[in-house]
Amino acid sequence: MTRPLVIAGRELRSRLLLGTGGFTRLQALADAIDASGAELVTVAMRRLDPSADGSVLDVIADRGVEALPNTAGCFTARDAVRTARLAREALGTHWVKLEVIGDERTLLPDAPELLAAAEELVDDGFVVLPYTNDDPVLARRLQDAGCAAVMPLGSPIGSGMGIANQANLTLIVEQAGVPVILDAGVGTASDAALAMELGCDAVLCASAISRALDPVAMARAIGLGVEAGVLARGAGRIERRTHARASSPLEGMPEFAE
Amino acid sequence: MIFVNGEPYDVPDHATISELLAGLNIDPEAPGIAVAVDSEIAARGAWTRHEVRDGARVEIVTATQGG
Repeated sequence: MTRPLVIAGRELRSRLLLGTGGFTRLQALADAIDASGAELVTVAMRRLDPSADGSVLDVIADRGVEALPNTAGCFTARDAVRTARLAREALGTHWVKLEVIGDERTLLPDAPELLAAAEELVDDGFVVLPYTNDDPVLARRLQDAGCAAVMPLGSPIGSGMGIANQANLTLIVEQAGVPVILDAGVGTASDAALAMELGCDAVLCASAISRALDPVAMARAIGLGVEAGVLARGAGRIERRTHARASSPLEGMPEFAE
Repeated sequence: MIFVNGEPYDVPDHATISELLAGLNIDPEAPGIAVAVDSEIAARGAWTRHEVRDGARVEIVTATQGG
């Protein structure tokens, strides 16, 4: 058993956070929540559709997990702050996964807007978990602004390209005084394991699970990947070396006749 | 006339947010709903008193699937 993840004083047993986007059926989402072991699952805030059949909130309540609202789709600090406040009013939580996007094609964060929104929401009493670039300086600025965690991307949202810049992610982890949650880019279980081996505290994953051929199997695989990565990080991997180092003894070799 | 989630909508004079929701068949007691009027969040506790003036732009939001 590994130690629990603590964010803003709250203990979480699972180090995998699940995004609910991309599931084509609510039952698949429910099954993936169970298979992933996640306790926090993200939701987006959108206009109410009175004709909608079933709600993600029903699934979340039914599976006994908690909704973490995001500000997905916001391109300005102003809109992100408003969306966070709507989510607080709607869901009764002051936790928010803060996203402020700067570019439609890459969905990469807009650094100045993100920092401005983070500062305003922290001042307003929110527990802010910002989706950020894999930029160690920006991550530090967000931490200094009072964010409860930093959530650097591995690669663009939904790209499945894994961790594009391991060196930057390692720098973010080294300097972090708050949990580092790898957000975006995970394509499969090994990406999640690598994030944890590099020292991340948790992984948030949506598309890799929801858009997999078998989302439930992938939820379990990525959950296990996270666990494997935590254990491997704690176990202390061997040094990389250029040449081989035999693991069988060199002494005591039998001699064979010509 | 007001605008609800971008669509024009007729409400009586002095209609409150609670009355607006009832007219839209939205249960005001249901969890997970928030309302903004002209970009300002309308606190749930004040919905029974909060009147929606003519021309107001009302946003009614809830949680949906999202990463």
